[in-house]
Amino acid sequence: MYTQGLDQAEPLGDEDLSRLSERFEAKVAAEDKVEPTDWMPDAYRTLLVRQIAQHAHSEIVGMLPEGNWLSRAPSLRRKGILLAKVQDEAGHGLYLYCAAETLGISRDEMVEQLLAGTAKYSSIFNYPTLTWADCGAIGWLVDGAAIMNQVPLCRCSYGPYARAMVRICREESFHQRQGFEIMTVLSQGTPEQKAMAQDALDRWWWPSLMMFGPPDAQSTHNDRSMRWKVKRFTNDELRQKFVDMTVPQAHFLGLTVPDPDLSYNGEHWVFGEPDWSEFKRVLSGDGPCNRERLAARNKAHDDGAWVREAAVAHAEKKRSRERVA
Amino acid sequence: MGDHAVDALLRVGDSCLVLAQRLTAWCGHAPALEEDIALANVALDILGQARGLLTRAGEIEGAGRDEDALAYLRDAPDYRNLLLVEQPNGDYGTTMLRQLLFDAWAVELWPALVFSTDPVVAGIAGKAAKEAAYHVRHSASWVVRLGDGTEESHQRMLAALDMLWPYAGEAFLDDEVDVAAAESGLMPLPSSLLPAYRHRVESVLAEATLPVPPDPWWQRGGRQGSHGEHLTYLLAEMQVVHRAHPDATW
Repeated sequence: MYTQGLDQAEPLGDEDLSRLSERFEAKVAAEDKVEPTDWMPDAYRTLLVRQIAQHAHSEIVGMLPEGNWLSRAPSLRRKGILLAKVQDEAGHGLYLYCAAETLGISRDEMVEQLLAGTAKYSSIFNYPTLTWADCGAIGWLVDGAAIMNQVPLCRCSYGPYARAMVRICREESFHQRQGFEIMTVLSQGTPEQKAMAQDALDRWWWPSLMMFGPPDAQSTHNDRSMRWKVKRFTNDELRQKFVDMTVPQAHFLGLTVPDPDLSYNGEHWVFGEPDWSEFKRVLSGDGPCNRERLAARNKAHDDGAWVREAAVAHAEKKRSRERVA
Repeated sequence: MGDHAVDALLRVGDSCLVLAQRLTAWCGHAPALEEDIALANVALDILGQARGLLTRAGEIEGAGRDEDALAYLRDAPDYRNLLLVEQPNGDYGTTMLRQLLFDAWAVELWPALVFSTDPVVAGIAGKAAKEAAYHVRHSASWVVRLGDGTEESHQRMLAALDMLWPYAGEAFLDDEVDVAAAESGLMPLPSSLLPAYRHRVESVLAEATLPVPPDPWWQRGGRQGSHGEHLTYLLAEMQVVHRAHPDATW
């Protein structure tokens, strides 16, 4: 069978290209997985690198808002659970950077793009975590929305991404249940705890709906992404699924969804329009914590430079000593 | 068993808790993603050890205090941790050296506690001994890398050693609580762990091309409740939500 290496040296003729392209499209249409050594259109590679890198960056930046509450978790059990969760996110970032590397980009390049502010990450992490209940709301809503987005990615046409997502989704659904459990305890707790839970829902509801991206009519990447089976559902379809799942959970908690237009039409929960101007503002860098999040990542990177340099220097010394011996 | 047992268990349990609290501050801020993961892992293990020992101390005390009552509702003078673990994180080298000085103690202590006459403590120790064996490999390997890395990293490690070395000896100074705990078979006598500790730390420092400083006056008092300036800040932050909601469960 003819396969195409990443290091293809000979330029391809038009005829070869169209044959390869047909074969690629047929493979994707047949639900076969595309693997790193397979030929793929440049646009497919670019689309995946962008999406996987953004996903990885989101995991890494996403450690910060919840990490903010590690020191103050109100019980030792909660502290342990939160720490394990934030650690999982670091692990997800690592898998995803590895998955993206199979497409020919290095982790260093991706990290540089994040630190320079030229790569995007999920804009939800540009909101602040103000109370302990935010750890519950993030697990319940933000991880819940992430799962809606990510479960279909387990069937993504690109093999390494699809396989990484299987494990990530398992862990994410565990996080979602933990978040909901925090909210359950708070909503059955003291009046102050219940108010804390309601306040967190009020602040995280709309940003969570925005996690699915702009309305389908305005989304630029949907068509190709759907054809190539990277994406399986449109932004609006996923947003509706999320609302349908989440509203009854809010009712179970005895909390009020902060949407005066919310109503049930017998099949779906009909909801109001998110403030898309806020979405654009946060995405373009003017959210409440954009600068802070990037500054924190840059500080960690800069402060760690001497450590990474020392590790490399020691490894080289060790190698040269072993050579002499 | 009685007061001395509670005190002796808190000395270890509080040391684990305070160190875990320190380590969590690195989460999301480490020099490399792999270290974010590793440090979170170490912190989780040590937090788990603290929870086990605090719970057991509360049971033996018999006053109805659980792990959270002990962690969140005691002030600094009631904490029994080593002064070493309350020292600030500093740079990554300082954190790793502090960790080595702790791990090299823990890796001797836990295997000895497997033979504790308290079956709960012995059980906790069985798991913790395996964890500590991994922890000390991790921290020792970083002390070696940073000591024997670049000129800058070497200088930083010398500074860290100067800062932390006076806190390395406290864990091995016996007092009447330790003697009583050792006589009851609950715990080994702290001083009995010193030779192995010294041997391990000195060989790691040698590999790291760092000098072994002469024995200073070992700073002490943490295990008796007399702490430095840093602990109250650490506790204030850790306890703030719990104390703001005295009737709440979480």
